[in-house]
Amino acid sequence: MSGILIIEQVLNGLQFGVMLFLMAAGLTLIFGVMGLINLAHGSLYMVGAFAAAAVAAATGNFVLALGAALAVAAAVGAIVEVVVIRRLYATDHLDQVLATFALILIFSEGTRYLFGSFPLYLDIPDALSGPVTLPGGIQYPLYRLALIGVGLAVAVGLWLLIERTRVGIRIRAGENDREMIAALGVDISKLYTLVFALGAALAGLAGALVGAIQSVQVGMGEPVLILAFVVIVIGGIGSIRGAFVGAILVGLTDTLGGIFLPELFKLFMEPAAGTQVGASLASMAIYILMSAVLVWRPTGLFGARA
Amino acid sequence: MIGGMSREGWINLAVLAGLLVVPLWALWADEPFTITLATRVVILALAAVGLNIALGLGGLVSLGHAVFFGIGGYAMGILAHHAQTYTSVMEWPLLIEGTKSMPVVWLVAVVASALAALVIGVLSLRTSGVYFIMITLAFGQMFFYFAISWSAYGGEDGLSIYVRNGFPGLNTLVPIQFFGLCFAILCAVLWLTARLMRSPFGLALNAARQVPVRVETVGLNPVRLKLVAFVISGAITGLAGALFADLNRFVSPTMFSWQFSGEIIILVILGGVGRLFGPVVGAAVFVVLEHWLGGLTEFWLIWLGVILLLIVLFARGGIVGMLAGRSVAHD
Repeated sequence: MSGILIIEQVLNGLQFGVMLFLMAAGLTLIFGVMGLINLAHGSLYMVGAFAAAAVAAATGNFVLALGAALAVAAAVGAIVEVVVIRRLYATDHLDQVLATFALILIFSEGTRYLFGSFPLYLDIPDALSGPVTLPGGIQYPLYRLALIGVGLAVAVGLWLLIERTRVGIRIRAGENDREMIAALGVDISKLYTLVFALGAALAGLAGALVGAIQSVQVGMGEPVLILAFVVIVIGGIGSIRGAFVGAILVGLTDTLGGIFLPELFKLFMEPAAGTQVGASLASMAIYILMSAVLVWRPTGLFGARA
Repeated sequence: MIGGMSREGWINLAVLAGLLVVPLWALWADEPFTITLATRVVILALAAVGLNIALGLGGLVSLGHAVFFGIGGYAMGILAHHAQTYTSVMEWPLLIEGTKSMPVVWLVAVVASALAALVIGVLSLRTSGVYFIMITLAFGQMFFYFAISWSAYGGEDGLSIYVRNGFPGLNTLVPIQFFGLCFAILCAVLWLTARLMRSPFGLALNAARQVPVRVETVGLNPVRLKLVAFVISGAITGLAGALFADLNRFVSPTMFSWQFSGEIIILVILGGVGRLFGPVVGAAVFVVLEHWLGGLTEFWLIWLGVILLLIVLFARGGIVGMLAGRSVAHD
């Protein structure tokens, strides 16, 4: 087990983590401001990926594809908010889970109807393909490094938006006391649509960016959705900072666990059995992490105390 | 008694009669597939009746009930697998042999899923609201991935059982006899659930869902009440899992999937949360829709999604709620 491998895997974990953050940020924002559990967030991730793949296939331009992913996901998000989601704010979590589960069915099958069951492929742009040499002589794919950069940039941008702008002040006020800011003359339903569209755009961006290293297919959103939920629950629902910490934690645990747990168990078990035990523990690792965090702190690391 | 029966009571009776008449008609018309569909309805209904005790009575939105369904399924799969390969499940510290007997399988399924529900319940009930939904989901995923990597019992491919397990005095390979067995179990569990709802425990649980503080003031522990409900709920869903495995003669990790947990929540809400027969109606409507829409279009799930959405938005209280009107017994 060399140092280079460890650094590579840490970078992979970071890359996975920041992509999870893009998903989790929208999810946690929507929950924090509107009190809504949105299972259909994974569908917006898928919508972004398909929009990017379709535009890239038509124009061959990756930047245009990303722009399309952002725009289409935000537009779909805004439409869904106005038509369906808006009616769910006053209902309990059970109705929200069911209604957004229904949206998953509609989105998944609708996409299958439009694009078919075969996966689409989105190519990494030439400028970002190939490896790059890091200090210390480590070869690492440039595209994945760019993903880490984009993820961190979005995190900073989101922080600035929420802490430093007027819209951010309204979003934070909406989290604390929605009646009060409505009374102060803020158009709360417009704010909700905006927050939902923002979350959708982030999910769509994540879908497009990840779509270039995986295949773009129906059902790609659900595994990521579950992980994003794990992230926001660990971080504390409603907290962007919590989502960031949770995302990095989950990304690193999942990636490093997958590599090192089998090796660890091979040290004191037969190789075949050790690999198997390690691999099965690795796939459960983040869920074990999440339940441990919840048992220790029932509202997550940065969640509001009940 | 009949004279005093409520509208919901009549609906329940009609549902039960319909569930019995359709397979009998299918037997007369020689349509074994319809009998299998009816058996599927009965077993899914049983799983959902189990969930309804946690969800409807206890107010616990569990997105992890597939755990218990899967444990029931694997209890059947593992015992029958060892019986058909003539190996023992365990030799040390005590010898455990496989079995092809349904009553034994059911007992193991119920005990194992109740134990799992106890452990998961103790840990999960520290949280509430969304966190409860998510922690139960996390446990579901743990079991799912564990089953995938458990290569001794088929891993991702699951286990096939060649011959359906036996029940004394019945030939379970005859569809109508297996249906009858499942139907009898469903009736027994429904009767127990009805008793439970009216028992002091059921009333206290109902109160613990609505105003936990008041329950605490009169000296009851709301968390313990909910835990008992969660364990009973898990045990029933586990029993349904064992029957489901026998229906298909196959178990696989998909029994543990979160989509299945979501599906049984749908059955409960479709029929009516907290209604005794809500899950039964939900299961029947779901299977019929699945079969009917699935025959009409390849993209039937879109229409299922639309129907679900309309029910959530415009028909609170599910189908039973719509037909029977607001019941006094529930909030």
